[in-house]
Amino acid sequence: MGLAILLWRGLYLDPKELPSVLIDKPMPAFALTTVDGESATNADLPDQIFLLNIWGSYCLPCLIEHPTLMRLSEVGEIPVVGVNYSDRQDLALDWLDDNGNPFAFSILDESGRFGIDLGVYGAPETYLVDADGVIRFRHVSVLDETVWAQEFVPAIAELKAEPGRLE
Amino acid sequence: MKIAAASKKSLVLSLTLLVLMGLSTHLTQVSAQVDTFQFDTDEQQERFRRLSNELRCPMCQNTNLTGSTGGVAEDLRREIHRMIMEGMTDQGIEQFMFDRYGDFIFYRPRLRAETVLLWFGPLIFLIIGGFVAYRIFRRARALGEKTITLDESEQERLRALLGNKQ
Repeated sequence: MGLAILLWRGLYLDPKELPSVLIDKPMPAFALTTVDGESATNADLPDQIFLLNIWGSYCLPCLIEHPTLMRLSEVGEIPVVGVNYSDRQDLALDWLDDNGNPFAFSILDESGRFGIDLGVYGAPETYLVDADGVIRFRHVSVLDETVWAQEFVPAIAELKAEPGRLE
Repeated sequence: MKIAAASKKSLVLSLTLLVLMGLSTHLTQVSAQVDTFQFDTDEQQERFRRLSNELRCPMCQNTNLTGSTGGVAEDLRREIHRMIMEGMTDQGIEQFMFDRYGDFIFYRPRLRAETVLLWFGPLIFLIIGGFVAYRIFRRARALGEKTITLDESEQERLRALLGNKQ
């Protein structure tokens, strides 16, 4: 009987929704540059809840979620930090010029080494990081308005409701 | 008319060539992946091959790192190469992958509380199955060994059922 329930549940699990090992762990240390060439380390991260969005100029689904990220940064709902993953700096800059730049800054990760530290599967991916720099939630693939409303809004509300949080 | 036919023929030919080219590049890609890295010793190369065969490509669901062309797989192969060249042990490299990607990265998951069912589930089912089979056999044998004695009226009914053939 228990087995039947287990197997039945298995039918509805999305094999692509892999749990991140880094949930509730601090963001891995990095000392890189931004795509603009300025230095970027953990100290530059916002000291409030923010999104960490993995993107690349080669990544077509990133264009689908781009309007949502633009809207979020325009209304100032939440800071968005980018990780330009496994890309080239010139291509990344062109992409931001062409499509607009929703990011407070984008960490340049040409070698993909930082992405591996984050355990990314590929762009796009979006992490929710709390004010202490701890990863709290991850969404793999496109972050559109539906995903924002159904997954991120409740997750952020939950974080803000935590006791002892200075927001 | 003639020209049209000729161009049609060349179109078919070039399409066939295209398909063949596509196939052959695909095949060489898969087999060439291991050879893009330089190693000092054959042992290092062998370790690289073993590790990238045993680690699953995170983004492609069911391909190992050797067989996949995805971006992350490529980056992970490069990382494995780097770690081998830096003299890290196989355990160290596997731990590195586990810290970032969890059990999913291993085709042979580690034995942990979360994976106990995965490892011993089949054994448990075998024991349950064996027990059920044993019960069935025992009951069947008990039935077979039992001598049934019929009294006079039962014998009469049996004969009637068998149509008086005995």
